[in-house]
Amino acid sequence: MMKVVEGSYGIADAVRCCSPDVISVYPITPQTHIVEHLSEFVANGKLDCEYINVESEFSSLSSLIGASAAGARTYTSTTSQGLALMFEVLFNVSGMRLPIVMTTVNRALSAPLSIWNDQQDAMAAREAGWIQIYAENVQEAMDLTPQLFKISEDPEILTPSMVCMDGFILTHVYEPVEFLDIEKVREFLPPYRPEYVLDPKDPKTFGAFADPSWFTEFRYLQYQAMERAKKKIEKVSKEFEEIFGRGYGGLIDTYSMDDAEVALVTMGSVVGTAKEAVDELRSEGVKVGLVKIRSYRPFPEEELKIALKDARVIATIEKDVSIGYESALLTDLKGAFYNSPIRAPIVGFAAGLGGRDIGIKQIRKIVEKTSRVLDAGIEAEFEIFDVKQECLQEGYHGR
Amino acid sequence: MKEIRFHGRGGQGAVTAAELIAIAAFEDKKYSQAFPAFGVERRGAPVMAFARIASEPIRIRSQVYEPDYVIVQDVTLLEVVDVASGLKAEGMIIINTDRDAKNLKLKTKAEVVIIDATRIALEKLGRPIVNTTMLGAFCGATGEISLDSMNKAILSRFSGALGEKNLAAIKTAYEGVSS
Repeated sequence: MMKVVEGSYGIADAVRCCSPDVISVYPITPQTHIVEHLSEFVANGKLDCEYINVESEFSSLSSLIGASAAGARTYTSTTSQGLALMFEVLFNVSGMRLPIVMTTVNRALSAPLSIWNDQQDAMAAREAGWIQIYAENVQEAMDLTPQLFKISEDPEILTPSMVCMDGFILTHVYEPVEFLDIEKVREFLPPYRPEYVLDPKDPKTFGAFADPSWFTEFRYLQYQAMERAKKKIEKVSKEFEEIFGRGYGGLIDTYSMDDAEVALVTMGSVVGTAKEAVDELRSEGVKVGLVKIRSYRPFPEEELKIALKDARVIATIEKDVSIGYESALLTDLKGAFYNSPIRAPIVGFAAGLGGRDIGIKQIRKIVEKTSRVLDAGIEAEFEIFDVKQECLQEGYHGR
Repeated sequence: MKEIRFHGRGGQGAVTAAELIAIAAFEDKKYSQAFPAFGVERRGAPVMAFARIASEPIRIRSQVYEPDYVIVQDVTLLEVVDVASGLKAEGMIIINTDRDAKNLKLKTKAEVVIIDATRIALEKLGRPIVNTTMLGAFCGATGEISLDSMNKAILSRFSGALGEKNLAAIKTAYEGVSS
């Protein structure tokens, strides 16, 4: 059934269809509506699960460690400062190989205080050993929810996952979505039956002390599982498409990349706006295309090499910045290509920070700047885009 | 694709109005999108909300800068906000006011439609909440959404007597601008 609903409601309903055993969440803008809808479902008997009220994000994820280790299917959601407060627990979850799924609503990190969207929060957690997949629209974020439970809970993977969705832009938008059919989801995603569980009758230890003779091997196994996740993400994506009729590509997706000379690489909700900009530029004869990163961790190195092999110049557009160097995706992409035959120049733009709107005009400007590299070479490899220089003048008091 | 911008004050239901447009347009078998200009809203402060209606799925996610239609729920906003900013010359602006359109001194080439929505809302709803009344004016003046679909959208949000009162307000506004 297709209906116009708020993005957060769509996500909550997708979670409901996954039949989680335990939900533990703490509200924080702009993720709050997801929490509200889930608690309503539980209170109204639409969702039969243990719903734990906690006093912080640290507790929400910590409580799920116990629940997941005891064999429960577990879900949480947070954003920004909440994710920052979970930071220590993120590594515990992945190190214990617990398949917790989290909707990470992307929002800027303070200071200065901003409740608005960028992707600095998830980017800061990219080394935490969690799968991170970024959604372009509400439907994709909904559809990713059962897919990531299935991937995370696979005995060959046992790695936690984040569905990353842009705060406000996707959580608060009203748009038509196709609701998931709970019976079909049950068929697609069977109950979680882990081989090793916490059980008083058969005691085990999770996340135990590892001295230097063991620690490396734990990390090695985690690393291998994440590598295996690449194939699994593609496989599960295809399985989902066969059952539900909706596909989004695998680790990446491409748009208008045939004969593209200028290639944009980006992720999240800005992909939709970028597609519109690409169409507009194509109609004017500009050979521009788009690569959408779906899976940021694991990083789709091989797929990107194939998709971008014929581009003459490449630009990343991303909503994060690693102060002291450049933006994360730019670094990753350059690193992926260094030992390959691809020699197209790569430049990067940090855009949309703290909720600064990215429209077609801004994408066109980025394409224009990137095209200039073909004639003039690289002037700036990395740029924080759309800085209002007038604001930086002494004595400026405007808005 | 048609793009709509709502101007209101916090508490006047501009965001709800945008959502109702999206729901009603979908009832009309069109694709739609609605979202607020996300902020830390306070009651009475100027707020904006946006909606898009199209025959194809809507991919763009930016705010609306060059609207086809502007809906102003409170005429006092004209003193503090450039409500006609970016409005297309062939577009339309619908303003809730009891004043004459030519006294509003709007800087736009677009068609200006006025409706005394506050009076209609007080009469039909007993409260000066004009968001739904303005939707009736929008349907009547633009023809973008059928009255029938708007009524369905309203009833999905407001049930019972309140729903019926809202339908009456919408009908009055619809007929007021259609004639």
